[in-house]
Amino acid sequence: MVNKFEKNLLNWPLDIYDILREDKIRQIAYVPDAGHKSLIEYCQNDKNMNMVSLTSEEEGVGLLAGAWLGGEKGVLLMQSSGVGNCINALASITRACDFPLLMLITMRGEWNEFNPWQVPMGKATEKILSTLDINVSRCEKSEEVSETVNAMMGLAYKSNCASAVLLSQRLIGSKNFKE
Amino acid sequence: MQNFQLNRRYVISQILKDRKNSLIINGLGGTCWDVASLGDNELNFYVWGGMGNSCMIALGLALSQPKRKVIVVTGDGEMLMGIGSLATIAVKQPKNLSIVVFDNELYGETGKQKTHTGHGADLSAIAIGAGIKNSSIIKTHEQLSLLSSNINIIKELTFSQIKINNEEGPLVLPIREGAYIKSRFRKALLGKNALLE
Repeated sequence: MVNKFEKNLLNWPLDIYDILREDKIRQIAYVPDAGHKSLIEYCQNDKNMNMVSLTSEEEGVGLLAGAWLGGEKGVLLMQSSGVGNCINALASITRACDFPLLMLITMRGEWNEFNPWQVPMGKATEKILSTLDINVSRCEKSEEVSETVNAMMGLAYKSNCASAVLLSQRLIGSKNFKE
Repeated sequence: MQNFQLNRRYVISQILKDRKNSLIINGLGGTCWDVASLGDNELNFYVWGGMGNSCMIALGLALSQPKRKVIVVTGDGEMLMGIGSLATIAVKQPKNLSIVVFDNELYGETGKQKTHTGHGADLSAIAIGAGIKNSSIIKTHEQLSLLSSNINIIKELTFSQIKINNEEGPLVLPIREGAYIKSRFRKALLGKNALLE
C-alpha cells in the first residue's frame, strides 16, 4: 500500500498499481522490464498480490488461464519482445477457450531506440496482437494510462476478452546505454 | 526401443482412483485420452492445445485454490516444451500441486518419433535441479503403488516421471469446446455465480 500523499500525479506506474489493487488482481505474472520496474515493486509490497516470475512470457498465458479457472484475476507484465514468445499460447489457450486476459506491455524498438535488434519485434507487436483478435490500446502520455488500463481491464474481465495495453517507449523513456 | 513395465491406462487408473475432489489438468494428446478414459468429470480441464503450458495452467489453478489438490498429468514431449515452467513452479513451491509425467520417450500423436528422454534427458533430475525436491522416477508397480496411495493427499510439491510402455488403450476423446470446458469447470469448482461475474 502506497501513501496517497506521496503520489505524483504523473506517476503512471502507481496509477496502474491502484487499478490492480482496486480490481482485486491476485496473480502478477511477469518477465521484468525496466519500464515495469516501479510497478513490479509496488506489487511486490502488496500482500494480496502473488508475484510469479516467469522464465518466458508464454508461461504467463497458461498461468493466468489457470488462475481464472480457480476464480482469481491476474495480469501479465512484459516488454514487447515477449509478445512474440506468447503467440501460440494466446491463440491456442486464451482465444481458443475465451479466457479473459490483461497484458500490460512496455514497448521497445520505437521512440529513440538505440538497439536495432529491438526494432522489428517492436514494429510487429501491435499487428500480431490484432491478428490474434486481441484488443489493443496504446498510451503515449502519462495522463492516458489510468483511464486506458481501467478500460482494458473492464474489457478483459467484464466482457471476457483478451486485452493489451501498449505503454509506448515515448512514455516510459528510451533505454539509456550510458548508465 | 524402450521396454517398460507400466501401462499408461493402468497408471492413470491408479493415480486417480482416490481423486475425490482433486482438480485435474492434462497434457496434449495421449494424457488427455488417458484422463478421459476414466470417465468424464467436470473437475477435469481438458487441454487440447497450447503445447508446453499444461504445468503453468496447473500452477495458476493451484495458487488460486490453495486448499484444493491439483494434479497435472502430461507427457514427456509436452513437458520438454515447457521445461522452464519447472523452474517457475519451484520458485512458488505450491504445496497442493503434483506434476506427473507419462514418459514413453515418444511423440505419440505425430508418428512415435523419439523425444529427448529417449536420448537420455532425465526429467526428474531436471526437476530436482529446478528446485522441486520431491522428485522421482517410477518404473515398477511397487513404486507406482506408493505414489498412488499418497498423491491425492500429500501436501508438498511433487514431480513424478513415470516410465510407461508403448501399449495404448482404446481412443477415448473428451469434449473439445474450450469455452465450454472452462465454464463447466468454473461452475463445478466455484459455483454457478461464477458464471454471472
